[in-house]
Amino acid sequence: MQLSREALVRAYRQMKVIRAFEERLHDEIMTGEIAGFTHLYAGQEAVAVGVCEHLDSEDKIVSTHRGHGHCIAKGCDVHAMMKEIWGSKEGLCKGKGGSMHIADVDQGMLGANGIVGAGAPIAVGAALAAKIDGKSKVAIAFSGDGACNQGTTFEAMNFAVVTQAPAIFLFENNHYSEHTGVDYAVGTNEDIASRAEAFGMKVWRGDGCDFFSVHETMREVLEHVRAGNGPAAVEFDTERYYGHFEGDPQRYRGEGELDRIREERDCLKAFRKSVTEAKLLEGADLDKVEQEVMALIDDAVAAARAAERSTAADVLTDVYISY
Amino acid sequence: MAKMMYRDAVLKTIAAEMERDSNVVVLGEDIVGGMGTAGGPEAIGGIWSTSTGLYDKFGPSRVIDTPISESTIIGSAAGLALSGKRPIAELMFADFIGVSLDQIWNQIAKFRYMFGGKTRCPAVIRMAYGAGFNAAAQHSQSVHSLLTSMPGLKVVTPSTPADVKGLLAHAIRDDDPVIFLEHKALYGTTGEVPDEDYTVPFGHARLARAGQDVTIVTLGLMTGFCEGVADTLAGEGIGCDVIDLRTTSPLDEEAILDSVEVTGRLVVVDESPPRCSIATDIAALVAQKAFASLKAPPALVTAPHTPIPFARELESAYLPSADKIEAAVRKTLDWR
Repeated sequence: MQLSREALVRAYRQMKVIRAFEERLHDEIMTGEIAGFTHLYAGQEAVAVGVCEHLDSEDKIVSTHRGHGHCIAKGCDVHAMMKEIWGSKEGLCKGKGGSMHIADVDQGMLGANGIVGAGAPIAVGAALAAKIDGKSKVAIAFSGDGACNQGTTFEAMNFAVVTQAPAIFLFENNHYSEHTGVDYAVGTNEDIASRAEAFGMKVWRGDGCDFFSVHETMREVLEHVRAGNGPAAVEFDTERYYGHFEGDPQRYRGEGELDRIREERDCLKAFRKSVTEAKLLEGADLDKVEQEVMALIDDAVAAARAAERSTAADVLTDVYISY
Repeated sequence: MAKMMYRDAVLKTIAAEMERDSNVVVLGEDIVGGMGTAGGPEAIGGIWSTSTGLYDKFGPSRVIDTPISESTIIGSAAGLALSGKRPIAELMFADFIGVSLDQIWNQIAKFRYMFGGKTRCPAVIRMAYGAGFNAAAQHSQSVHSLLTSMPGLKVVTPSTPADVKGLLAHAIRDDDPVIFLEHKALYGTTGEVPDEDYTVPFGHARLARAGQDVTIVTLGLMTGFCEGVADTLAGEGIGCDVIDLRTTSPLDEEAILDSVEVTGRLVVVDESPPRCSIATDIAALVAQKAFASLKAPPALVTAPHTPIPFARELESAYLPSADKIEAAVRKTLDWR
């Protein structure tokens, strides 16, 4: 399906925001200014954006520890996210969650999650709520090739089939669960989608480094699930440009691997090539988007640095609504 | 006011709340019972008879019989609660928190805090708990001490049918996640239950017996044991306050401290293991905040630091009994 010029620009902008957000964090973390553990999504942008461009705020997603891309694609405010990662009181979660727990339930973003595999059951619950409400909304569990080995993911897939919940189990296979290769850890010959199929749902596969592959695949998946055919699963083959966490020495990478995937498997480069060759957009259009995005990220970082810090009294709030 | 069984108070309260609010949904293993069998839905109606008839009345979208997948039962409750519903998830046995603890402890309990106070997670997780049925180490445990230690959860332990009604109605209407613990040995007990709609607020203990000499703090099944001991001792002119906590989180500190300030003697009675427990918690509270009032060391009557044994003789020896409670009370009175 041919996307409008506006839709193309928006998709490129979203992917670029994620890339620039993550690359900037990579640099800032080196300085020691940002506390805690950070897991960067760079390389996988086409998946988050190719999926979320189909969704509205009543569709729900549950994310992972590598969640910044899902958050941005689902509509979380970039400035508020940056402030959260900086640990500011003005952050999206008042500095209480940090990188691994960014959420914006009003946007249908039910949280990044520090526990690998915890998201799939939560997504089934959100899907059951959507089924009760009967408005053809869906819930998507973003999972990786790590989470696909958790029993919770298996349970959730079975339960979704049993209840015919409009849940989508979306596996981003970036070939590494933390520091372990998919060849070793996924027993089904690197193939995750076939597992989901065995649970009794229809499955799709796509190229997670190609926005158009993701977007078109998800159009079919969502059509199937929104029509009330129960859950579905989709596996996208993608690439992780950075380590499991920032500071990971990545000694498990092959010779020249990172250079190769950055050269051959870059969703932004592929998008640019595709739309300019097809004369859908000019290179100058994309350059302009990039300049705007860099200014946005500069501004977000400056705002995060200047934002109000929390005080000791803030530790005690937000545990309960009433106690 | 009508006589009602504890288990019927659970069922009737759930049904009433489902009538009252269409966002209330229930889910759990065999809560319908018989799904996918020749007997058909409601062939069982829940093994505790606390969900009988709900499926026929409210239908499959609000009464969800689940596979044996406890992580997903609780995880789904989390997703339902974040999506505007008020799920009541049933874990058939409290012991099964072992396979679902991540969803309870890392997810449901923490959403509000981790997300900066911008969300609510109004999930109720009901579970049958407690010893007394020779069900051995994996089907008899009391988990309130463990769950009380987790910030973000509220933990409720009703001991009477009237409190089941009021506390469960409060739990379902509460915007925070609530663990609702139903003692297996209390399901068949009967008590007066007011007819009208009411809720019992959390953090307000019930004074089950009043006396001037010893404060007995307890909960759940043990409340009845303690009432019996208090009645026996009353015949000798020894007066006991029996404080039924109702909720261990929040804890009614004021009721405990006010009583100990009068009696100067504390006995905590609980059937869960003794280490890092509600019993030690209350003893520490009293030591810190009512030290000057104490006339005797706090006494703890709990289960021992062992798994729960199977054989009748062993389980009887494991559980607190009226004799053990009475002996502990008398011992505190030996201090002058």
